[in-house]
Amino acid sequence: MKVIKKFEIKRIGIMNEKGIANKKLMPRLSKEDIKRLYELMIITRVFDSKAIALQRQGRLGTYAPTLGQEATIIGSSYALKRSDWIIPSFRENGMFIHRNYPIDMLFQFWAGNEAGMSKVKEVNMLPVAIPVGTQLLHAVGLAFASKFKNENNVFMACFSDGATSTGDFHEAMNLASVYKLPVIFLCQNNQYAISTPLSKQTGSETIAQKAIAYGFEGIQVDGNDVFAVYSAVKYAAEKARKSNPILIECLTYRLGDHTTSDDASKYRTEKEVSFWRSKDPIDRLRIYMQKNKLTAKEYEKKVLEDAEKIIEDAVAKAESIKLNPEDIFMHTYDELSNNLKEQLREFRKNVKS
Amino acid sequence: MSNLNMVEAINLALKQEMEKNKDIVLLGEDIGINGGVFRVTEGLYKKFPNRVVDTPISESGIIGMSIGMAIYGLKPVAEIQFEGFTYPALDQLISHAARFRNRTRNNMTASLVLRSPWGGGVKALEHHSESPETYFAHTPGLKVVIPSCPYDAKGLLISAIRDKNPVIFLEPKKLYRSIKQDVPEEEYAIPIGKANILSEGSDLTLITYGSFVRTVIPIINSLPYSIELIDLRTLSPIDYETIINSVKKTGRAIILHEAPRTLGIGAEISALIMENALLNLEAPVLRVTGYDVVTPALKLEDYYRPDEAKIKRAIERVMNF
Repeated sequence: MKVIKKFEIKRIGIMNEKGIANKKLMPRLSKEDIKRLYELMIITRVFDSKAIALQRQGRLGTYAPTLGQEATIIGSSYALKRSDWIIPSFRENGMFIHRNYPIDMLFQFWAGNEAGMSKVKEVNMLPVAIPVGTQLLHAVGLAFASKFKNENNVFMACFSDGATSTGDFHEAMNLASVYKLPVIFLCQNNQYAISTPLSKQTGSETIAQKAIAYGFEGIQVDGNDVFAVYSAVKYAAEKARKSNPILIECLTYRLGDHTTSDDASKYRTEKEVSFWRSKDPIDRLRIYMQKNKLTAKEYEKKVLEDAEKIIEDAVAKAESIKLNPEDIFMHTYDELSNNLKEQLREFRKNVKS
Repeated sequence: MSNLNMVEAINLALKQEMEKNKDIVLLGEDIGINGGVFRVTEGLYKKFPNRVVDTPISESGIIGMSIGMAIYGLKPVAEIQFEGFTYPALDQLISHAARFRNRTRNNMTASLVLRSPWGGGVKALEHHSESPETYFAHTPGLKVVIPSCPYDAKGLLISAIRDKNPVIFLEPKKLYRSIKQDVPEEEYAIPIGKANILSEGSDLTLITYGSFVRTVIPIINSLPYSIELIDLRTLSPIDYETIINSVKKTGRAIILHEAPRTLGIGAEISALIMENALLNLEAPVLRVTGYDVVTPALKLEDYYRPDEAKIKRAIERVMNF
């Protein structure tokens, strides 16, 4: 017998928990870039805690928290060009914010109004996708169409560890490889799919190595290290732009519950959670910035206050929106069939009485 | 005008629309060099090498990918090799294709076409003779079209491709090569959502679609009754007006399909008649359908599909009520 194929999986980490960065690996980011990353991670966290509070007050529907995953969310988004596309699952609010998607519309969406997703095309994103893994095939289709039109765009498809068990994940990876499409498969490996830990999701040692079977590169990244995530996605975008799909596994942790309907203390120990709390991505970046004189108490205070003001204003705007109940009829097809016209007449009678 | 079978008529519609609209891309299993297992796409790969795409065996992938392509401005026309293999794609169809417009309040649409051979009567193995149309027709956001002859197949497929919504286009494989018709060379569109009255009558309305349209014509001609034959052409959105107006005139109705009876299209039409034409009825509305059993494989298939005797018995029962 002879060995016909060997493979290795690389892991990228640049900045440790003490905020010390490996200068050789440090990506080219200006002071302004680093501040912007920090500000985006802060506003992502403020959005998140506000959303949870609103849900508790009955002002939002079920919400999926992103606490602890800010480095993965912002670092990846920041590495793309604005002409590139993001295909989110449901834990990418920070990417919408980074792309200047109206934050009040995000709140509208989580409050249960479809209109909240009515401007996604303008920011080159797809709407939030709830059925796990299914959106990866849409990313493949977008990338196919873009390549067909001889464009040079990259398509970042976001998912989590749980999605790697779905058939659509494997079909998407295979199709991206067969057609050599500019797709970055970005896995936010946050260790849990509701209560199911990674060890019960897959027998593979890493998620990154799943790419090897499809014929392309997979890399693992410290997902709580914003510089590492940024570097990895920057590298991946260059590869993808040359028609090489790539899988990036960002090792992170969902510090919050799966959703506001979940109680993670049922299946996780406090010890485990506090271990990951010590790896908090925002704390880590803040320490780095303090060490490198990129921040001061005053700046940090202002960033937080500005974010809180933006979020409060967005909530006020979202809650002032008046809904038109007839909208439930208007967008099933491009125009109302006679059948739907009849049902709309019936609806109007019911609403009046 | 040329004398074409349904395979040739569909092929012509695809070719002409592709010549006209450069955004149309065909994708599916074995549709390229091989021309599809029924040869519906024969020759198109040679003519449009970049726009006829062979896919791996990934039905969910074909439809999920088509959704992305449609959102990005292409017009994907996907072939699923047999209707019994559309099931892996149901999640993408129901959860996404049918909903993108509503989910984004018109910001994005997934106006793809899914073509698939459909129905029984060709002596095939399991999964190759199914009638899954109700699954699609019960899904708001999808349109469902089933032609019954080469002429209709061309005109309806052209409409399906030009439609701004996802359309499921089911092709009766029993009719693929069994009948020929004069089909105009030039393009023409038959509207989706409009039924076709094939023969006018005053005693009974017989409502059907797909291959049974051809089955019932000689039966109708052999009977002494004046029977109005409605070919639905579109199952969603269904043409309520034509059905109701006809039953108000005839006072009797039979719905015929090979799909299982319970919750089939026949149940919907029967309910519709009750709601809108009860006082015009001279007899109960009957359904002549497949049984509520798994579609049998070739050996016992003939026991499943409604046959001439069963159809005639239903007509006599209604006429002599």
